[in-house]
Amino acid sequence: MSEPVLSIRGLTIALPKGADRAYAVEDVSYDVERGEIMCVVGESGSGKSMAANALMGLLPKGVRPTAGEVIFDGQDLLTLTEKQHRKLRGLHIGMIFQEPMTALNPLMRVGAQIAEVFEAHGKYNGKERQAHALALLEEVGIPQPDKAIRAYPFQLSGGQRQRVMIAMALALEPKLLIADEPTTALDVTTQAQILELIRDLQKRRGMSVMFITHDFGVVAEVANRVCVMRYGQIVELGSAEEVLENPQHEYTRALIEAIPSNIIPEARGGERPAPLLEVKGLNKVFRSKGGLFKAAREVRALDDVSFSLAPGETVGIVGESGSGKSTLGRCVVRLERPDSGTLSLAGTDFTTLTGEELRRQRWRVQMIFQDPYASLNPRTRVGYAIAQGPMANGVTREQAMKQAGELLDLVGLGAVAVDRFPHEFSGGQRQRIGIARALALNPELIVADEAVSALDVSIQAQILELLEDLKQKLSLSLLFITHDLRVAAQICDYIIVMQHGRIVEQGTAEAVFLSPQEAYTRELLEAIPGRDHELESA
Amino acid sequence: MSFFARFAQNRGALIGLIILMTIILMALFAPFLYPDSPWRMVQRPFLAPMEVDGFLLGTDTMGRDVAAGIMHGAWVSLLIGLVSTAVALIIGVPLGAIAGYYGGLIDDGLMRFTEFFQTIPNFALAIVLVAIMQPSVTSIVLAIAIVSWPPVARLVRAEFMSLRHREYVEAARLVGQTNRTIILRQILPNTLSPIIVLASLMVATAILLESALSFLGLGDPNVMSWGYMIGAARTVIRQAWWLSFFPGLAILLTVLALNLVGEGLDDALNPKLSRER
Amino acid sequence: MLYARLILMRLLKAVVVLFMIVIFNFFLIQMAPGDPAAILAGEAGATDQEFLRQLRERFGLDQPLYVQLWRYVSGIAMLDFGYSYRQQMPVLDLILARLPATLLLTGTAFVLSLALGILAGSMAAARVKKPSGSIIMALALIFYATPLFWVALMAVVLFSVYLDWLPAYGMYTVGAGLDGFALVLDVAKHLVLPATTLALFFMAIYTRMTRASMLEASQQDYVKTARAKGLSPRVIQRRHILRNALLPIITLAGLQAGQMVGGAILTETVFAWPGIGRLMYEALMQRDYNLLLGIFFFSAALVIVFNIITDLVYRLADPRIKEGS
Repeated sequence: MSEPVLSIRGLTIALPKGADRAYAVEDVSYDVERGEIMCVVGESGSGKSMAANALMGLLPKGVRPTAGEVIFDGQDLLTLTEKQHRKLRGLHIGMIFQEPMTALNPLMRVGAQIAEVFEAHGKYNGKERQAHALALLEEVGIPQPDKAIRAYPFQLSGGQRQRVMIAMALALEPKLLIADEPTTALDVTTQAQILELIRDLQKRRGMSVMFITHDFGVVAEVANRVCVMRYGQIVELGSAEEVLENPQHEYTRALIEAIPSNIIPEARGGERPAPLLEVKGLNKVFRSKGGLFKAAREVRALDDVSFSLAPGETVGIVGESGSGKSTLGRCVVRLERPDSGTLSLAGTDFTTLTGEELRRQRWRVQMIFQDPYASLNPRTRVGYAIAQGPMANGVTREQAMKQAGELLDLVGLGAVAVDRFPHEFSGGQRQRIGIARALALNPELIVADEAVSALDVSIQAQILELLEDLKQKLSLSLLFITHDLRVAAQICDYIIVMQHGRIVEQGTAEAVFLSPQEAYTRELLEAIPGRDHELESA
Repeated sequence: MSFFARFAQNRGALIGLIILMTIILMALFAPFLYPDSPWRMVQRPFLAPMEVDGFLLGTDTMGRDVAAGIMHGAWVSLLIGLVSTAVALIIGVPLGAIAGYYGGLIDDGLMRFTEFFQTIPNFALAIVLVAIMQPSVTSIVLAIAIVSWPPVARLVRAEFMSLRHREYVEAARLVGQTNRTIILRQILPNTLSPIIVLASLMVATAILLESALSFLGLGDPNVMSWGYMIGAARTVIRQAWWLSFFPGLAILLTVLALNLVGEGLDDALNPKLSRER
Repeated sequence: MLYARLILMRLLKAVVVLFMIVIFNFFLIQMAPGDPAAILAGEAGATDQEFLRQLRERFGLDQPLYVQLWRYVSGIAMLDFGYSYRQQMPVLDLILARLPATLLLTGTAFVLSLALGILAGSMAAARVKKPSGSIIMALALIFYATPLFWVALMAVVLFSVYLDWLPAYGMYTVGAGLDGFALVLDVAKHLVLPATTLALFFMAIYTRMTRASMLEASQQDYVKTARAKGLSPRVIQRRHILRNALLPIITLAGLQAGQMVGGAILTETVFAWPGIGRLMYEALMQRDYNLLLGIFFFSAALVIVFNIITDLVYRLADPRIKEGS
């Protein structure tokens, strides 16, 4: 094998004082070979993007390398001055980031932002720069590149912006491309397209890619080699095949298994009993307010949606962003009021309830929220946060607090947690508190809105396990909203696929996953990263 | 880290606190140190500072003791600053909370109302109000409160708007808490820090406004204030600059101290720690 | 086309606001203690029974309230702001004669404070944690805390009385009979002190705001992108950070316009600058309430004009609004 493009040797990066550990990464060594995609995988806090930021000279303030070397093109990048680093960035090493929505300057036209790369390195004159920018936009597959070049970022979709970022990073044909979670913020179908684009460009240009991700599915899609990191150290390093097929370290194995994937949903057969929740012809249109001279804009969030949910059943609502799945959940718990249609819960019409009557009935449907950091009042003790529901419904404080302790025990935190504040808990623990709060009122139906999406995979698996466990113990009825088909496959009995506010397909989990009827469902399933890999290994 | 430790990390805030304490002590001890009315003529007029023993800052055009005026003026400045800010909060917080929490037409109406008050030039409005209501401590306090509540309402509204869709607030709605409980127990406590910071800066602005009104001759004729002293000495500035200088310095230091304290509170109450990922 | 529509909208809104101010003025007079006619006439005029009778008749003070309101509002709609008994002139003529001086003063101070404030703020942002940056911020804080009228007085003491560099009072040298360039120079000399002292406070605000806004912008992802391109820090600072940081400052500048018109009252009073601020002080001294309310109305109108201008500038600066249809 020829000499590697990038060689990291014994790299140690110190964190500022007061951080939760002394080193962001400690004694890390790996190579990126010519023409390969090297995946650096890890959960949040693993230090997976630290090396990349260090070699780009983009480390946050206060964080600095203390040992080791990063050899690129025969020189140690850690010893470069800022000026030397600047020459390297964009010219020999390109980089793309996670958030395409915020990574572009909102006030500059796309073409000008690409042309800046040439300007920074003194290439071409004004006209040539525009011509090259246009060619790049064409290469990354932006529709109507001649128009896009004059567009502002807000006029492009997330996927298109990420393509612009890629065009920018590749403008000067760098030897190495660093992609830091480039598809994490994208929908699955868009993610699949961007992954394909990166793979494609990498092959065509024969460049090396350092691909940083938390998702083993993505690893299976693109990686030639894999480096698994945890707490700032390398856990496992090897070819993609070795690591995925035959993980040596138990952490790697746990991560791969934690991806709710290989499970093909088992048939939970029989007739569906009489529905608990019955939704008929639900419609919801959001109108942005128009002015005297401005036309009002309408978004059809729900378009004639009908389905039902039987007691003890888990129904999954699956869709990409903008599909209306969250609006549906918010209508069911009546945080939104549907425009038309009916929503009845065990015979009660929930659609028309308002004011005091609605407030009294609210206990019957509860919700588990997405963001564990926003779902608990930072100033309220955890026990009291759970007790508030029963207290609002007439239970005495004493009784409610006692029950809160029992619930915290049930979700695995222990009754001692009652007196603590939310900030003392981790994300996964907070999600458990959120579940306890939803259970406190003994509701007939629980809506879980992306309840595990904000969590690391290993934590995600634990929460899903808890939900499964509670479902058995308490025979819960669950409406499970998610963008992640792999998660839905694991927990749902019945699946509803939504797109543009409409139900595209619904059926038992088994039927939807194994024999999807609609093209969009098939598209979604095919876009799941790592899917091909599973089929091969199955 | 405790609240005070965080506050004390900002050295400016600590200096501000010391200055502010001194001024408060001045206000409290004025009646004991200078038991006579600051309006009384006690010496020859136009004494320069230190010219005669016992008249540290000299005398004004009418032979009144400048030091006595500054001590007594501290009381008026602080009182008007605090009370008018309190009144502004009483108007602004509920308006902002209701507009932000309920949104829709209520919000539209209240915000048009607020915008109207924001469009009118503050100081001109205060002048007109005091002039027509006749100058008195009450009319000055009212005028200052009327021109300073809109920023409070806007801040509280913005906070409420961002918090009302926060998941813990929605959770509170779902468990059946009443709007009143949600506003008072879930949202309001989480908006207190920015309100406190704004309030401390508003006291400073109110003191500046009061001094400007008194400077124009719109002060309460019964109380001695810093602005009045500067205004009264304006015509003799060529002969006796110190008559304007010292009261102005007092205003400057008070306002500066309040701003420093406000910044310290901001650092202590809203630690801008990078959010953990 | 879009702009014409926008300006039309804003003018419509302005008319509504001004209308509300007129109504507000009306009730202010009603609420004030004493005879409204006496208030309108002002202290000196209140002894002239004939004038009071005329006023009562004109505003229909013996009529029901709504008739009075109608007469007052329709009077102002016809640009009739009444008569100043003290100055023996219609209020409108008095104000229009003084308006240009105020426009010159506030306009100069506005441009000066914005330009210097943004400059100082971006310098301070680039020098965070360096002594030079801290000095800029300390100065900004001090100017922010200084009473405007006091700075003005102290400037007079220093630059006119002791150093004798600049004239302290008025807008031009009385009786010098200057014209052409000499007159411009003379006015400019007179303008230096009032404009600078008025600008100082606002400059402090813009400096603080610019620094905060730039520090915030420098945390954004697009700045990291710009660095990853290999752009030089100066280009990043100017093209990526400052441009984005300016948007909230334009908004703030619009909001501060009202304060500036208020500040002009103090500055003009101290420097005897013959604008509507000075006129307001004179009206105040003479308890000439009709004139006072007229000036109040015009100062609000002035603020609205400033607001419309900043709104248009904002739309020029932010593409997201322009094409947000």
